[in-house]
Amino acid sequence: MGDTGERTIRGKVAIVGIGETTYYKRGAAPDAEFKLGLEAIMRAADDAGLPVRDIDGFASFSNDRNDPPRIASALGIRDLKFSNMFWGGGGGGGSGAIGNAAAAIVSGYADYVVAYRSLAQGQFGRFGQGSQAPKAAGAMGFTQPYGLMSPAQNFAMRVRRFMHQHSVGQEALRAVAMASYTHAQTNPRAVMHGRPLTEEDYDNSRWIVEPFHLFDCCQENDGAAAILLTTPERARDLQHKPAYLLATAQGSDYRQAATAHNAPDYATSNFKTVAQRLYEMAQVAPGDVDVLQSYENFTGGVMMSIVEHGFCDPVDVNDFFTLDNFTAPKGKLPLNTSGGNLAECYMHGLELVTEAVKQIRGKSPNQIPDAKVSMVTSGPMVQPVSSMILASEPS
Amino acid sequence: MTSTVEPGTEPYLPPGMPEPAPGGDGLEAPYWEGTRAHELRVQRCNACETYQWGPEWVCHACLSFDLGWTTVEPQGRVYSWERPWYPVHPALKDRVPYLIVLVELPHAGNIRMVGNLLGDPLQEVVIGSEVEAVFEDHDEADPPFTLVQWRVTEEG
Ligand SMILES: [Zn+2]
Repeated sequence: MGDTGERTIRGKVAIVGIGETTYYKRGAAPDAEFKLGLEAIMRAADDAGLPVRDIDGFASFSNDRNDPPRIASALGIRDLKFSNMFWGGGGGGGSGAIGNAAAAIVSGYADYVVAYRSLAQGQFGRFGQGSQAPKAAGAMGFTQPYGLMSPAQNFAMRVRRFMHQHSVGQEALRAVAMASYTHAQTNPRAVMHGRPLTEEDYDNSRWIVEPFHLFDCCQENDGAAAILLTTPERARDLQHKPAYLLATAQGSDYRQAATAHNAPDYATSNFKTVAQRLYEMAQVAPGDVDVLQSYENFTGGVMMSIVEHGFCDPVDVNDFFTLDNFTAPKGKLPLNTSGGNLAECYMHGLELVTEAVKQIRGKSPNQIPDAKVSMVTSGPMVQPVSSMILASEPS
Repeated sequence: MTSTVEPGTEPYLPPGMPEPAPGGDGLEAPYWEGTRAHELRVQRCNACETYQWGPEWVCHACLSFDLGWTTVEPQGRVYSWERPWYPVHPALKDRVPYLIVLVELPHAGNIRMVGNLLGDPLQEVVIGSEVEAVFEDHDEADPPFTLVQWRVTEEG
């Protein structure tokens, strides 16, 4: 057995279809979670111009409750060839699920793979509350009895340390929130469309946990999104301009999941090694990126993601993090151009992938003229995280 | 000098919060036995002397399974902090804001521990401040347990 060639997905996979349900406020979806997921998947196939039953693989993340065998049975999929779940919670697998789907296509396991995520929190529980169980077993015993229970609290500690180490002011976090809300005002699909945010609104909003105000925290929503991938050859027969994958990367830095907040490198979004591998595979540099969708569980995570993907030195955060720099189309780094998790919809970041594709197609509500390189970072501060780079050309 | 909460002093957070319990595999049990004795016990590898926290079944430094537990001075310094205002648990409804600190133990390999910072919840918290452990007994609980809280001894 000889060398079978370059080990990469670069240019070998294209996103050909995107599907989204209406995005609802938390608990407001009229449909069951499973039905929302089916709807998004069928819309992605329609968008591509592919019969639904030609889909032969499924990839999801964040412990999605809607499993591929049930979906395949419901949709009458003839031959389910690939079923995959990206480990870990939060939005860490938003790009990772795309990467796993791409790996299945490049390896020949399947031809048309859908990455999907469906959420109906009226039907199921919420994320933002602490555990109601009387006992905190195992590692949870080191945090929960002290009232450290929610995702916001889990991550505020890291963000506070980063702000301390690099003398970052609250205005940097505010700029991230402002960018999402600004872009949502021109996106009729955004849950916060028609709900503009001013700097005063942000400053006067209540604390959730210092250093996070209300507007530093993502929404919780109902809805579903799906992304359809295939080979560039098959993409030619479909109806949209393909968005080519230049790279995805996933992973977790040294001992990032050490319990009781003992990650050796603590003040991090966990992207330092992932970003390096991402750019190596994509063969692009941060300066080549035209537009960025960066997962906002909390604004402080976006801050560290942007730094660790090489867009800004830590010492320059206060200067770089401005609404002007983040606003499409003219900002230095247009950010979360659909409104993102904060202001479009918290579809666990899969709505960031659909927006990255829309930028390549020229169909964003906040379009960057002639966007050629479109990037997504998924799930800062969780383990593992992932990110991806799309392009208008395969190389 | 180890501090304890004076008898009759209320716990920092109200009753009804989740109570610590070792996992089914017992990994954390020596720690909670230690706090009952008002001692801070952490893992230290018998083979390479690396401090390890939280506990794990293998030493991350040398991969030995021969991990021991050692008692360390219950002192440290504030590494990070946060002040929750939103009550994430029903028991906290009338007890916000409060303070959570992440304390590093420089004399024990810079391992870190989470606890509450005693005193005024609105106090200014300074990263780097020296703190000492305060053992908070919950003798009425079933089974009884002891939390480890922190008090500033010298501002950083
Ligand atoms: Zn060892």
